[in-house]
Amino acid sequence: MQQFPCPFCGLRNETEFHFAFEAGHPRPEPAKDVSDAEWAKYLYLHKAPKGKSSEIWLHLTCHEYFILHRDTVTREVLSCDVLPGAEA
Amino acid sequence: MQHYSAFSLARHALSHHKNWQSAWRKADPKPRYDAVIIGGGGHGLSTAYYLAKNHGMKRVAVLERGWIGGGNTGRNTTAVRSNYFYPESVALYDLSLRLYEGLSKELNYNIMLSQRGMLIAAHTPIQMEICNRIANAMQLNGVDGRLMTAAEAEEKAPLVNKSKGARYKCMGGIWQDRAGTARHDAVAWGYARAASAMGIDIIENCEVTEVFTSSGAVAGVETTRGKIQTERLGVAAAGATPGLVQMVGGDLPIHNYDLQAFVSEPVKPCLDTVLLYLGTGTYVSQSDKGELVIGGGLDRVPTHGQKGNLPTQETVISGLLEMFPAFAQLKLLRQWAGVVDVVPDSSPVIGPVGPEGMFVNCGWGTGGFKAIPAGGYLLAHLLATGEHHDISRPFDLNRFAQGRLIDEAAGSGIAH
Amino acid sequence: MSGSRHAELGRFIDRSQPRSFTFDGQRIAGFAGDTLASALLANGVHILGRSFKYHRPRGLWGMGADEPNAIFDVRLGQEHRPNQRATTTLLEDAMVVTSVNANPNAAKDRFRLMDRLHRFLPAGFYYKTFMALDWIRYEPMIRRMAGLGRVDPGYAPPADVPHLVAVCDLLIVGAGPSGLAAAHAAAQSGRAVWLVDDAAQLGGSLHRRGGQIDGADWTAFADATRYAVLNAGGRILCNTTVWGAFDHNVFSAWVRRLDGPDQHMRIRAAEVVVATGAIERPLWFANNDLPGVMSCEAALEFLQCYGALPGQRILIATANDASYTVASALAKAGAEVTLVDQRHDAPDADDITQIKSGILTAAKGKTHVQSAVVNGQDIPCDAIFCSGGYTPTVHLWCQSGGKLDWDADQDALVPRPGTSSLKPIGAAAGQFGLKAALATGHALFGNGNGPETDAVTPRAQAPVRPDPNLPGRQWIDMQNDVTLKDVGLAAREGFTSVEHLKRYTTLGMATDQGRTSNFAGLAAMAAVTGRTIPETGTTTYRPPFEPVPLSVIAGRRRGDLFNPLKRLSLEAAHCDMGARFREYGGWLRPAVYGVGAEADLAQKEAKIARDIAGIFDASPLGKLEVIGTGAGKLLDFTGYMRMSTLKPGRARYGFMLAESGIVYDDGVVLRLDENRFIVSASSSHVDGVRARLEDARQDRIGHRHVYIHDVTQGLVTLTVTGPKTLDVIAGAGIDLPDLPHMGVVETPLDGHFLRVARISFTGDRSYELTVPGRNAEGLRARLDASLKNAGGKWIGLEAVMILRAEKGFILIGKDTDGNTMPHDLGWVGPMNKRDDEYLGKRALFTPEGQSETRRQWVGLRVTGDAVPETGSHLIPTDGPRRSLGFITSSYFSPNLGRPIALALLENGRALVGTTVGCFNDGSVRNVEVVDACAFDPDWSRLNG
Repeated sequence: MQQFPCPFCGLRNETEFHFAFEAGHPRPEPAKDVSDAEWAKYLYLHKAPKGKSSEIWLHLTCHEYFILHRDTVTREVLSCDVLPGAEA
Repeated sequence: MQHYSAFSLARHALSHHKNWQSAWRKADPKPRYDAVIIGGGGHGLSTAYYLAKNHGMKRVAVLERGWIGGGNTGRNTTAVRSNYFYPESVALYDLSLRLYEGLSKELNYNIMLSQRGMLIAAHTPIQMEICNRIANAMQLNGVDGRLMTAAEAEEKAPLVNKSKGARYKCMGGIWQDRAGTARHDAVAWGYARAASAMGIDIIENCEVTEVFTSSGAVAGVETTRGKIQTERLGVAAAGATPGLVQMVGGDLPIHNYDLQAFVSEPVKPCLDTVLLYLGTGTYVSQSDKGELVIGGGLDRVPTHGQKGNLPTQETVISGLLEMFPAFAQLKLLRQWAGVVDVVPDSSPVIGPVGPEGMFVNCGWGTGGFKAIPAGGYLLAHLLATGEHHDISRPFDLNRFAQGRLIDEAAGSGIAH
Repeated sequence: MSGSRHAELGRFIDRSQPRSFTFDGQRIAGFAGDTLASALLANGVHILGRSFKYHRPRGLWGMGADEPNAIFDVRLGQEHRPNQRATTTLLEDAMVVTSVNANPNAAKDRFRLMDRLHRFLPAGFYYKTFMALDWIRYEPMIRRMAGLGRVDPGYAPPADVPHLVAVCDLLIVGAGPSGLAAAHAAAQSGRAVWLVDDAAQLGGSLHRRGGQIDGADWTAFADATRYAVLNAGGRILCNTTVWGAFDHNVFSAWVRRLDGPDQHMRIRAAEVVVATGAIERPLWFANNDLPGVMSCEAALEFLQCYGALPGQRILIATANDASYTVASALAKAGAEVTLVDQRHDAPDADDITQIKSGILTAAKGKTHVQSAVVNGQDIPCDAIFCSGGYTPTVHLWCQSGGKLDWDADQDALVPRPGTSSLKPIGAAAGQFGLKAALATGHALFGNGNGPETDAVTPRAQAPVRPDPNLPGRQWIDMQNDVTLKDVGLAAREGFTSVEHLKRYTTLGMATDQGRTSNFAGLAAMAAVTGRTIPETGTTTYRPPFEPVPLSVIAGRRRGDLFNPLKRLSLEAAHCDMGARFREYGGWLRPAVYGVGAEADLAQKEAKIARDIAGIFDASPLGKLEVIGTGAGKLLDFTGYMRMSTLKPGRARYGFMLAESGIVYDDGVVLRLDENRFIVSASSSHVDGVRARLEDARQDRIGHRHVYIHDVTQGLVTLTVTGPKTLDVIAGAGIDLPDLPHMGVVETPLDGHFLRVARISFTGDRSYELTVPGRNAEGLRARLDASLKNAGGKWIGLEAVMILRAEKGFILIGKDTDGNTMPHDLGWVGPMNKRDDEYLGKRALFTPEGQSETRRQWVGLRVTGDAVPETGSHLIPTDGPRRSLGFITSSYFSPNLGRPIALALLENGRALVGTTVGCFNDGSVRNVEVVDACAFDPDWSRLNG
C-alpha cells in the first residue's frame, strides 16, 4: 500500500487516488488547427519514464487534481504540487 | 537437434542421461546480423523461429538482457484463447491458437497445450446479452464460441459459489472449447531450441544500450556485449519497448503497470477449466501440478518495478473466494508480478516505428502469452518483407491518428 | 527408528492433558502443546508421506515452515484443511489426519513402484515425451497423480478474518536472542516496540539451545524484555508471521489465534529490524531422503521442547560446531550418539564417539534408516541428524529490495549493507551464535555493554557442498523429488541460470518454498558447472514468507461486503410493496413488483404505465450541482450540446463525450437559476462524470468561478409517468405548477423542497419529483395512495426498459459501446455547428470519426411474435457472412403487441426500409431496418 501526498489533504493510501495523465501535455486547440497526428500524440503517446516521473493524479475523496513527482521503479514519492492556478 | 521422444528418453536413460545436449546454443554475439531481435521472451524467440522457418533468414540474433523467457513469458497465468469480439482481434488471436495447436509436434517440445476450455462467466441478464453478442461475433468470425447456460457452467466448475449470499451468481457466459492453458516456460524453451537448431544465435545477458541509425535507417545496436551491426531491428521487449523506441526519438501509446499472479499450494484435481468471473475480475485455472493459478486486474499505480502490492492481492484473492468458497481451505504459495505494457485500446502495436528497418511487437498488456506464436509470426513477416501481413496491418501504430482503435473492452463491454 | 518420550524434557507439552488423534487411521496419543510432528515422532511413526514423483517414503526433516515432507490433510469436526505441515499444526483432540500423495496410506503406498522407474523420469522428462497424442489425452492421469491434499467440496471456511491496519514506530521481526536483545535495548531507551514472532512464545532458538544471559537462565532475560516492551507502550505478538514486505514500509502479518478467527494485519512501520534467524542446511549423500534423516536443529527442538526422542542409535553428521550441542543433549537424554565431522581439525567432543574427517556418503535402509556409510564403513544407526551449515533467513530483507553478498567466512549469502532500510541482526545478518546475536541486537538501540553470555563465539564451520561424483541419488529438493543428477542434467541442457534451473527441475517450488533446497540447488549448480556460488547467482524472494491461508488475505470481503451494492433510501418500502430486486449498475433496484414470472410482470407493468400511470424510483440517477459564474462555460466545454444558452427553469438533454469522441454518458441538465445547474448522470457513471467536470473546472475555468457538488445520495427521485400522471400527482395533494415539457421548478412540500422536472424517459407525460431523503417516505406514501386510486402501478426497471425502448431512447453502455459517437446516434448538430472547444471534439473529425461505415442507431422490425435475441448480429442477406452490427436491446412490446429491437448497424440510417439478416447461434432470420422510435412516432403523448 503506497501512500501519496494530496496537497490539500496530506498523506493518504494509494487506493484513494487515480492516475490521470502524464504531466506537461497541454491540450492542442482549437480543434480545426490540430492535425490527426498531433491529436493522437496528445491523447495517446506517452513517455512512461523508467525512473523519475511527473504525473497528474486525482484524489478521489476530495476530487482535486494535482501534480505528483515520483520514481516509477523505486516507488519513492519525491514531491507534489497543486495545478497551476490552484491554491492548496 | 536431438530428437525428443519416449524412445529417446529411454535410450538416454541407459547412458544415465549423460549425452543430452544443450537445448539451445549459448551463442556469443557476432559483429553483424541480417536481423536482430531485442527481447528473448516468447515473442522474440518465436520471431526468430519464424524468420528462419518461413523466410529462410538465419543470420539472426536474439538479444536478451537476462535469461530467456524471464519476463512476462515466465510470469503469466498461461491461458490461451481467442474469445474476442472484433474480426481483427479474432484473426490475430486465432492464428495464434491454431499455431499453438500444432506447436508441440512442430517444435518437438511438449508445451503441454491443454485445451480444457474457458468460461467467461456473467452474473446479470445484461451481461449475458453482451456474452451473446461476443459468442455470435466469434461464430461469425469462424471461431468456436457459444453461450453457455448456468447449468452447463456448474457442470464445468462444480465448486462455484451457489450459496444464497453469493455476491455474483454464475448465470453462464461465453464458452470457448479450444481455449485452455500451455506450459509457459516450455513455449520459450521450445522456440529457442528450434530456432537455435536452425542457426539463430540466442544471446543471453546482453542488454541493448543504444540504437544506431544512419540517414534515417537502422544501422545497429550497442550492447553490454559489444556493438552489433544490422539493418533490420525487431523489438519485442514488452515493458522495455518504450525505452528502446525513445532511443530513436519515438513515443508509444504505452503505460506500464504491474500485473500480479498467484499460485496456491497444490491439491488434487478440483477445477477442470479456465474460469473468469466478470463480477470479481478474478480468473483461475488448476495446473497439472495441482496448484491453482490465479490472476486479476492490474495494480493501480503505473510502474516499472516488478513487485506486486498488497491491496490488489487482497482484491484478487477475495474475488477468488467469492467465486469458490471452498478454496478458502487453501494457502497462497507464491505470488509474483510482471510489468505489462498497456495500450489505450488494449490491443497490441505491431508494425514499423522510428527509423527505416525498425519494427515493434508490443503493447500486449495482460494478454501477451496467448499471442506468442502469432506475434512472432507477424513480426517475422515484417522483418523479412518490410511489409505488413494482412493480420497485423490493423494493429499498426497509425490506428491512433486515424482514430481506428480496436478496443475490445469498448466493443464488448468485457475487458480482456 | 524408534521414537520415545523423554521422562522430563519437553518445555512445550503439558503431560497432565493427554490428547489423541488418528493418522492414516492409526490412533496416536500425545499431549496438549504437541505438534502433530512431535506426537508422531514420540510414537515412532516414521513414514509420514510419499514423495511427489517417485512415491518414496518420507519422514520428518525440519521443525517449522521448512518441513518438506510431512504434509497432511487435517479434519477436525466440520473443518477440513489440506496440506497442513505436521511441524506447525498443534495437536487437537479428535483430529483426523491423513497423509497426502499416498494410497491407501503412507506406509503402504500403491505407487511405491514408481521409484523403480526413476531412470526414465529425470527432470523435465515431460517436455520430451507425451507428444504422440494431444497432451490433454495424457493429462488426466498426470493430474490425478499430482497435487498433495484434497479440497473438501462441502466445506466453506467462514469469511471471518478481520483486516487490521496498524502503524508502529519500531517493528522487530523475530524474538530469538537477537530480537530480544534489540527489543530490550529499544524499550529501555523508551521506544514503543512491536516484537513479533511466529512461535507461541518468545525465545526462538533459545528454547532448544538454552543459554545463560546476564548470569541467569535466558528465560529471565525474555521475561525482562517482555516487561520492558509492554512498559514502554509496545506490543508483543506471538503466533504471528510477518509474511510480506511491501511498498512504503508496509508489512503484512498473519496472526493466528486460538480463541477466535485469525487476523490479517497491514503494519506500516517507521523502522524495521529483521531478527529472523537462520535455517539449517541439509547434507548431501545417497538416500539422504530416507525417513530417519533429520536436521540437527529439529532433532534438538523435538527433544528439548517436546521430549520426543527420534531414535536410540543416532549418527550426527556435520561440519560445524553448532551440532555439538545437539550431540551432547541427545547423549545426555540417553541416546547412543556417534558424531561424524567432516573437518580434520574438528574440536574434541567429550564422552561422545567421534569420527573426524568423516564423510557420510550414504544412508541405508528400506523404509527408514538402518545404517550410515562413513568413510566407506557401515555404521548401524536408526537415525541420522545432519547439518550442512546455516542459511540466514533474508526473505524480508530481499522483499524490501535488499541485496545479498557472499560471505565466505560465514559460508552464506548475507545482507549487503545499504541496500535496504531494514536492519538485519543476529543469524539473519550472518552473525551466528548467541553472543553475536545478543551483541548485534543490543548494538542497534543500546548504549554500552549489552547482555552478557558465557556462550562461545564465534562458532567454527567448514563449507559443505554436494559432490556430483558421489554414487547414488542425492536429494536436493525432497518434496519435488529433485536430485543432484537432475541438476547435472539441467546444466548439460543449458539451464544453468538459477531461474532456469528452478523452472526446469521445479527445484525450490514446493510448499516449503525452497527453504531446504534453494541453497542446495545453488551449491549443486555451482558444483556441477565448476563456478562459485556468487557466480551462479541467487533466486528472487517474494511474499509470502511462508504459505498463508487465502482466507486470511481475503478477510471478510465476500458476499454483501464484496463490492457492496448501493441501496435505495426507500428499499424497505419497495420491499413492502412486493418489489423483487436486482443489481443495476451497482445499485440494488426493483426489477418488478409482485408474484409470478418476471417477464409477465414486466409486460403488465409496462402496459399499465402506458394505459393509466406508473411510478418508478429514479433515485440512483446522478445529480451533480454545478454552481457559480463559470458554470455555463464549464458545461459548454464538458458537454456535446451547449448548456450556457439554456434558460433558467428549463432542462436540456445532452451527451458528455470522452476525449476520444465516444459518448461517455447522457443525461438531462437542469438550469435552476443563472448560476446553478444540475447535471444528471447515469447511475454507474456519476464518479466518472464528476471527475471530468472537476478536470475542466480545475484546469480551464478556475477553482474560484465554479463549484461542483454531488447530491445524488441525499435525494430521492420518484418519477410519475403515463396519461393519468396529472391525476396521480393532484390526488397526492401536490399542487403542481404549470410546466412545459423540459420545464423545472422547486416548490415547498412538507417543510422541505420538492423539485419537479417535466422530463420523459418513456415518451409519455412524466414528472420527476425529487425530495430530500428524509422526506422521501412522505412523498412515496402520498403518491402510492393516489396511484392506487387512479388504477396505476409501481413499475420496476424491467418495465422502464421496455417503455424507453418503445420510444427508441438509448441506455448508455447497453445501446452504445466504446465506439459510439454522438452522430452515430443521430445528433449531428453540435458537431457540424459548434465553433468553440468541447470535450472530444477533435476526435470526431478523425478519419474513423468521419467514416461512412460507422455503426448507427436504428430500430428493427420482425414478423411473428418471437423476439430476436439481444446480442444477435446483423449480417448481409446474401454474400459472405460478416457482422454489420448487433442488437443492443430487444423486448416484446405489450403496447404495440409485437417484438421491438434496437441495434447499432453499419451505415444503418441509409438502410432504413431494407432487410438484413439477423444471426443468432447459427440461425438466421430476416429483419427490416426501421426508425428507432417504434411507439408514438409523432410524440403526441408527451402532452397527453
